[in-house]
Amino acid sequence: MKHPLSAITDRLVIAVPYLWLLVFFLIPFFIVFKISLSTTAIAMPPYTPTLGLADGFSGLLSQISELSFDNYLWLTQDALYFNAYVSSAIIAGISTFLALLVGYPIAYGMARAPATIRPTLLMLVILPFWTSFLIRVYAWIGILKPEGLLNQLLLATGIIDQPLVILNTHSAIFIGIVYSYLPFMILPLYSALEKMDYSLIEAAQDLGCPPASAFWKITFPLSLPGVIAGCLLVFIPAVGEFVIPDLLGGSQTLMIGKTLWNEFFANRDWPVSSAVAVILLLLLVVPIMFFQQAQARAQEQGR
Amino acid sequence: MKSLGNIRREFAPWNKPDAKPYIQFKDVTKRFGDFTAVNNLSLSIYEREFFALLGASGCGKSTLLRMLAGFEEPTSGQILLDGQDLRGIPPYRRPVNMMFQSYALFPHMTVEQNIAFGLKQDGMPKAEIDQRVADMLKLVKLGQFAKRKPHQLSGGQRQRVALARAVAKRPKVLLLDEPLGALDKKLREETQFELMDLQQTLGLTFVVVTHDQEEAMTMADRIAILDKGEVMQVATPAEVYEAPGSRFVADFVGNINMFEGKVADRDGTGATIASANGVTIRTANAGDAAAGSEVAFAIRPEKIKVSSKKPESGDNVMEGEIYDIAYLGDMTIFHVQLGNGQVVKASSLNATRATEDPLSWDDKAWISFRNDAGVVLTR
Repeated sequence: MKHPLSAITDRLVIAVPYLWLLVFFLIPFFIVFKISLSTTAIAMPPYTPTLGLADGFSGLLSQISELSFDNYLWLTQDALYFNAYVSSAIIAGISTFLALLVGYPIAYGMARAPATIRPTLLMLVILPFWTSFLIRVYAWIGILKPEGLLNQLLLATGIIDQPLVILNTHSAIFIGIVYSYLPFMILPLYSALEKMDYSLIEAAQDLGCPPASAFWKITFPLSLPGVIAGCLLVFIPAVGEFVIPDLLGGSQTLMIGKTLWNEFFANRDWPVSSAVAVILLLLLVVPIMFFQQAQARAQEQGR
Repeated sequence: MKSLGNIRREFAPWNKPDAKPYIQFKDVTKRFGDFTAVNNLSLSIYEREFFALLGASGCGKSTLLRMLAGFEEPTSGQILLDGQDLRGIPPYRRPVNMMFQSYALFPHMTVEQNIAFGLKQDGMPKAEIDQRVADMLKLVKLGQFAKRKPHQLSGGQRQRVALARAVAKRPKVLLLDEPLGALDKKLREETQFELMDLQQTLGLTFVVVTHDQEEAMTMADRIAILDKGEVMQVATPAEVYEAPGSRFVADFVGNINMFEGKVADRDGTGATIASANGVTIRTANAGDAAAGSEVAFAIRPEKIKVSSKKPESGDNVMEGEIYDIAYLGDMTIFHVQLGNGQVVKASSLNATRATEDPLSWDDKAWISFRNDAGVVLTR
């Protein structure tokens, strides 16, 4: 029979992740959600009502009755928000695809490299994390600006005779996102490709399949769990990305992260920015669920 | 020496001088960096032959197979298939198929799709593919598993799928890399016979790589015994066992007793051998061993008789003492220590339940064998 104490410890162990989720996700989310139902006010904090028991329980009830979904209605009335969501999704989608194009060959090369140098290659992939994200994005300004390193190099080698305008365009955002999130693409791809048995490729060739065709028929389908994981790990944070479009994308870039920042800091409209955040989260839950399902399926297949 | 021939069936193209080899390795060498996996090796395999490459790991047998399949190119030398030089032909254009040791079944495809894979590559019409796949499934008795994925099958079933996939294209040659290595003993024995039947039914040439001598002996028409990238002997299972060409082969295949010594005297085909540790052996069969040359006399345990009384007559009779007894059910192996200290293994079949001649540890015993029971090895 199981010791009653061990049953309690079992539950405690299981409770830890749930507690973590409760304290650091659900509670903050409810605070944001509550703010999104408030109205702006010139106050500290800048919205009403602030729920509290200062006027007793009936006071709290009347405060709750003041909450409304007007802010959400407002989001549908101004095309700005809708455009920002769509534009964010498109920019994140293109960036994710580019990251996949760049990341797949790297991950493939790593997985086929001699086993002795793989740990070194892995370390090189995560090496950029050792410096601040912000500094690395700033560095790209120095590279991409009209008189920056890239243009100097291209002008000096005579490939172009006019500096390219890259900074403050979508291209700069794509470069920034691909660069920043590439490790998140490479790592799951690498782990999927690395555990693949190379004799499968030999078997395909033995059965009459040329190497390029063997890649699309065997390697790629088997790496799909890694492809899905990598794409979602890049897409999800890229949709809400603020720093990269702000620093590299210039003022005309429309992304939801920037819109949110503007509402929060420029307009000091906490309720509307909270509503923007809540909607963003709900929109991202769909791909996150998809990701989890893909993970579960990959685990089952790995057996 | 009288011919031992092939005990299985009347099939011995290698004895016909006009027979053309189907697969030919000509002075093939393969090096990986400093390591020589295959060293100047020549070998001929005939059409419809069941040929086994037998050797310990690292002897180069898998490299030979991989060179035939096209995954490795020889460093030097030539490999011919049906007269055609295979150099430069990529694996996907060679008319050979391989059954991999790991089976290498495509995990994302069903049994059916796995078997159809090679046929689709050839652009076979769909109706024909379906028919062929159905035939193959029937052949390996996996009809009801057509829609399963490999991870839903047992080891034995996976092995059959791998086999069906490899023969589905009707290759000229089927290469099998340790085909039964992953199966348990009982299943392995059953599958050996199934493989032999399959080879007969389809009329294909099989080249099988194995480290298991019993497997090679059971299935193959001929066995090539390899060591350090070189062929030690190519012969039928019976010849390999009864007439090993060298000490290595004699020792590698089955159990054997060796007496190292010199040829003391030759008379006709026979000889008297004086072993280094003081035993004199009479043999009727000394081959071309010259008088005075260093040789080994080798004799299998089952050809030595053990008895508690001195045999009335016999060509070779030696006295000793029972040192160890291993009872294996079907037979008993006696380890008899001779007067000079050498331990000789002798086995006897347990044909009757009660031993007629009960022998026990430390008993005095006599061993005897006929003068045509052993072989003289010069190499």
